[in-house]
Amino acid sequence: MLKIKDLSVAVEGKEIIHDINMTIQTGETHVLFGPNGAGKSTLLMAIMGFPKYRVTSGSIHFKDKDITSLSVDERARMGIGMSFQRPPVVRGVKTRDMVAACLKGNGDGDTITKLAEKTDLQDFLERDINYGFSGGEIKRSELMQLLAQRPELTLLDEPESGVDLVNIALIGELMNDLLEKNCPIPERHCMGLIITHTGHILDYVNARTGYVMCDGTIGCMGDPHEMLGTIREKGYNECIKCYLGRIPLHE
Amino acid sequence: MSKTNASRTYKDKAKAAANKAAAYGEDININYYVNPDEKHPYQKDPSQLAAQTKDKMLGAGIILDDPGQRSGTYLQMDGTPVHFSARQEGVEVMALSQAMEKHDWLGDYLWKAVAVDSDKYTANVELSENDGYFIRALAGQKTVYPVQACLYMAQAKVVQNVHNIIIAEEGSELHIITGCATDSIDEPGLHIGVSEFFIKKGAKVTFTMIHNWNPEIAVRPRTTTIVEEGGLFLSNYLLMKPVNSLQMYPTARCIGEKAMVRYNSILVAGKGTNLDVGSRVFLNANETKTEIVSRAITTGGNIIARGYIEGNAPDVKGHLECRGLILGEKGTIYAIPELKGNLAGIDLSHEAAVGKIAEEEVEYLMARGLTRNEATAAIVRGFLRVDIEGLPPMLSAELKKAVEASEKEVM
Repeated sequence: MLKIKDLSVAVEGKEIIHDINMTIQTGETHVLFGPNGAGKSTLLMAIMGFPKYRVTSGSIHFKDKDITSLSVDERARMGIGMSFQRPPVVRGVKTRDMVAACLKGNGDGDTITKLAEKTDLQDFLERDINYGFSGGEIKRSELMQLLAQRPELTLLDEPESGVDLVNIALIGELMNDLLEKNCPIPERHCMGLIITHTGHILDYVNARTGYVMCDGTIGCMGDPHEMLGTIREKGYNECIKCYLGRIPLHE
Repeated sequence: MSKTNASRTYKDKAKAAANKAAAYGEDININYYVNPDEKHPYQKDPSQLAAQTKDKMLGAGIILDDPGQRSGTYLQMDGTPVHFSARQEGVEVMALSQAMEKHDWLGDYLWKAVAVDSDKYTANVELSENDGYFIRALAGQKTVYPVQACLYMAQAKVVQNVHNIIIAEEGSELHIITGCATDSIDEPGLHIGVSEFFIKKGAKVTFTMIHNWNPEIAVRPRTTTIVEEGGLFLSNYLLMKPVNSLQMYPTARCIGEKAMVRYNSILVAGKGTNLDVGSRVFLNANETKTEIVSRAITTGGNIIARGYIEGNAPDVKGHLECRGLILGEKGTIYAIPELKGNLAGIDLSHEAAVGKIAEEEVEYLMARGLTRNEATAAIVRGFLRVDIEGLPPMLSAELKKAVEASEKEVM
C-alpha cells in the first residue's frame, strides 16, 4: 500500500504541491488528471524521492514503512519504479546495460532479448540509452526497463504522450503486464499511479480511481472514466469550478 | 640525393633545431636525462623475459606468453631492440636499423612525414643513437592478428629515442598494437618517439597505442600519417595511468581521394599528471573524411585536449568530438577544438563539452535501483566506452579490457 498524508513539496524553495492525501491499496491503479503545471509530475517525482523535490511537510508510507527520507535508489530497491516523461540521454550507457541493471541479476541475456522483443526494441539494445529515440521509443524503453525491474508501485508520467495510435495499443499492453491487469484485484501485488492528459490509456488499464489535480492540490476523486467524460466535455476549468467551487488560479 | 648527403642534411637540420622548443607543452630539459648506457641482450624467445617485465608489458597490451595471438612482435628496451619477429607471411617486423640494411629504398621514407627539425625532440632523435620498429605489410597482405610493439624503459633517468616507420603497401591491411611501459614505478625518464606512417592506396591500418608510464616520466611522441587514395587509418590511444608530462599532437594528411582517418583518444589524468594531447587531420584530397573523438577525465590532473581539422579540397567531411569529465574537486580540462575550411563545399563540424557528471543522469540510474556509486561508475564506464568501427573484434575486446582494468583507478 502507498499512503500519502498531508504532503507538501517544494522545488527550489517554491511550494508546488500542498497537503496532498492519497492511498493506493495493493492491486489498485489510480489515475491523475490535471492541466499543465498542476503539480502532477512533482507528486510523482516526490514519491520516487528525487532530492530536487523537497518534502516540506507530511509523509509518504510505502509497504507500511515511512519512506519520506529515503533516497531514490532505496525507494527503487523497495519496489517503486517510474517511467520518465523525458528521461536523460546517458552517452555510453547502453540500453542493454540499463535493462540488466533493472534485472538486478534476476535474468540473463536471454531475458533481455525477450523483453526487447516484447517492447519491439530489438535494435535498440546496443544503442546509448535514449540517444536519438523517438517519443514512442522512449516510452517503450521506459516500460521495458520497468518490466525488468518489476516494481510493486509503478509511477507512469504520461505514458501515451508522443505515441502514435498503433503503438499506443502496445504501450497499453505493456502497462497491463506491469500492473497485472489480467489478475483479479485480490491476487495482484502491483499498484500504479498514472498521469494522463488525453485519457487514451484508460482504454487499456483497469483503473478505478481518478483524481483531478490543479494548483498543487487534489480537487476531486472519483471514477476516472466519468472524470474524463467531464473533462472532455467541459474542460478542466469547469471541473475545478465544480469540485473546488472557485476560479482556478491560472485563469 | 645520395644516402650520405641526405643523412648529412638531416643532421644539419637537426643541429639547427636542437634547442627549438615545441609549439605546445612544457619545455623539457633533455640534458637532465642520460643516454642509455646499457645494452640489453637479445631474447629469441620473449616469453623468457622476467615475469615482472612481462606483467608491465601486459599492462600495455603486449602479450608474450601466447604468440599465436600476434602476427609479429617488436620489443625495445631503452635503446636496444631485444626481440623482433614476424609470424605471418607478407609482414615484416624488425628493428629500423636492420630494415635500413635490408631495404636500400627505406631512406626515402625517413623524415618524410615528420620534419626532422619540428622541434628539439625530433632533432634529438636524429642526433642521438636511436632505433625503433619497422613494420610493413606487403601489397595485398592482410594481417589476421595484430602486430605488437613495445617500447620499454628499463634504466632510470634515461632518454629513450625511438624512430618508427610503418608502411602499409597497396591494398594491405595491418593491425598494430603498441604498448609503452616503464620498469620502475617512480624513476624519471624521457621518451621521445617519432613515428611515420605511410598508408598506400586502398590500404587499411589500425593502430592502438596503450601508454603505461609512471608518474615521473615525460613523453614526447611525434607522429604523422600519410594516407593515400582510398586508404584508411584508425588510431586509438589509451592513457589511463599516471605520467608526469605528455604532449603529443599526432597528425594525419589525407593526400589521396576518399582517404579516411579516425582518431579516438581516451585520457585520464590523476593528480600530478599533465597532458597536452590532440589529433590533427588535413583533408587535402577530394572526398576525404575524418572523425576525431576524444574522451578526457581528470581526477586532479590537467588536460589540454586539442583537435584540428583542416579542409583543403572539395567534398571533404570532418567531425571533431571532444568531451571532458571532471571528477573530484580539482583538475582542469581545456578543450580546444579547431576547424579550418579553405574552400566552399566542405563539411566540418565539432562538439565539445566539459563538466561534471550530470546529476540528472545519476538520479535516472538510481531510480532503477543503482546506488549513487554504482550509477556514477556506470556513467564513467559509458563515458570511456568509445565504439570503434573497423577495429577487429579481438582488438576491440582487448581495448575494452584495458579500459576496464583501469576504471577502478579512475573511480
